[in-house]
Parts: sequence; structure tokens; C-alpha cells
Amino acid sequence: MVTLGHYLIVSGMLFAIGFAGVMLRRNLIVILMSLELMLNAANLSLVAFSRFRVQPTGLPDYNVQVFVFFIITVAAAEVAVGLAILVALFRARQTIDVKDISSLKF
Amino acid sequence: MSPVLFWTFALLMLVFGVAVIVNRNPVASALSLVVSFLGLAALFMSLDAYFIGIIQVLVYAGAVMVLFLFIIMLLDLRAEARRQINWLASAGAIAVALALVLQIFYVVGHFKSAGRPFPPLARSTTDDVRNIGALLFSNYNLPFQIIGVLVLVATIGVVLLSRREPR
Repeated sequence: MVTLGHYLIVSGMLFAIGFAGVMLRRNLIVILMSLELMLNAANLSLVAFSRFRVQPTGLPDYNVQVFVFFIITVAAAEVAVGLAILVALFRARQTIDVKDISSLKF
Repeated sequence: MSPVLFWTFALLMLVFGVAVIVNRNPVASALSLVVSFLGLAALFMSLDAYFIGIIQVLVYAGAVMVLFLFIIMLLDLRAEARRQINWLASAGAIAVALALVLQIFYVVGHFKSAGRPFPPLARSTTDDVRNIGALLFSNYNLPFQIIGVLVLVATIGVVLLSRREPR
């Protein structure tokens, strides 16, 4: 039987995969994709809680699903702006490797 | 949802999630991300959140993925050159991620409600678009307007950022 705990653990594993991607990879595009994985892991646990908190009307908690809707909107806007910054960076430096973009470092 | 379907889609999502960060070629990463998000959308639908599942497919597998692939093609990125791997940093990153997973196992194991099955619904929720929409335009009207402004600002910002400097 599938319980709330299964969904929470799967969501936690997806978050850990995204986190490892941000830490391990040097390609900025893949780092942005890993950020998307982490945002979606949070969405999965939110929706699982929404289904778990059945209201007195016998329906899931729709407040949580509205919150997930907002998160998806903000994530889409974030990807658009992030990729535009990436294109501007590529035009200036001809690289998207984070190891080559260390001008602020001493 | 039957456990077989749950584990099928959860494994699909996790395996292709790992493929995203393991692949050297950014195009392969982006396509793995699509499959991973399709598995996630199936999990949303297994939780009776049909609207969220559908906008997950529309927004991520549709819009965001086209954006990623378009940028990869625009920049003409090749597969990453094989570089000297910093083993210490890699081991540290994997250790922190594993510690996070272990912590989540511990917390969920001690969380009483986590072992209980999902309570049954009074009826099918295939009309959840109406319910979410009613909530969005009554209780969450102000946040909805603010999100609209945010998307407008993001659009203007993207156009400004990607414009070439006039000489």
C-alpha cells in the first residue's frame, strides 16, 4: 500500500539528485535543470500533503494546489530570466562553464 | 493508485533525474528532464491532482523544455570536454546529498502520519480546475495579480537582457 511516507521519500530523493547536480556539474544549463528538479521535488511533497489533508467536504486541500500553481509560475519565470542571463554571459565570455567565470575571486 | 504503478513512475522519475546530472551532452540532459517530469506528472495524477499534472506537462515538458533546447542549439554547445575531476569536491557533494536522503528517511520514519494510507475522497476530483479557479479568484486574488506583474517584469527583463547593445 502506498502511503504519504513513500511520496515524501521519493520527493526527498529527487531533491537530493537536484542538489547533487548543482554541486557536481560545471555547465550552467545543467545547473539550471537541477534547480528545476529541486523545485519540482518540493511540489511533489506539497501535492502529497494536499491529498492527505482531505477537507470535511471530502475533497483534497485546494489551498496547497493553488500554492503549487504559483510555484510553477515563478519557476517558469525564473528559467526564462536565468537563460537570458546565460545568453548574455555567453556573448560576453564565450563560455558557460562556472570554472571559467571566476572574475570576482581573488 | 496501485503500488506497481507508483513504483514504476517513481523509478522512471528518479532514474531519468540521475540521467540529467550524469549525461555529458546537454541535449541528452534536457531530454532526460522531459521524461523525468512526465513521471512526476503521473505521480501528481496518482494523487488526484489532475490540473497540476496537466500544467506540469504543459509548462515543463512543453514550454520550459523548448526554451532549454532552443538555448542549447543557439549557443551550439558540444558535449563537455573531459576534464580533470576534482574527486574531493565530488565526494563531498555526493556525501552531502546522501546525508540529506538519510535525514529525510529518519524524519519520515519518525513522522506518525507518514505510515497512514491516504483517506478516501468523497467523489472523483476531475473538476478540480473549477475548484482551484474559484479559490484563485476569491481568496488568492491579490497574489494572482502579483504573479501577473512578476511574469510581465520577467518578460521585459528577458527582452532587455537578450537585446544586443546598440552601438
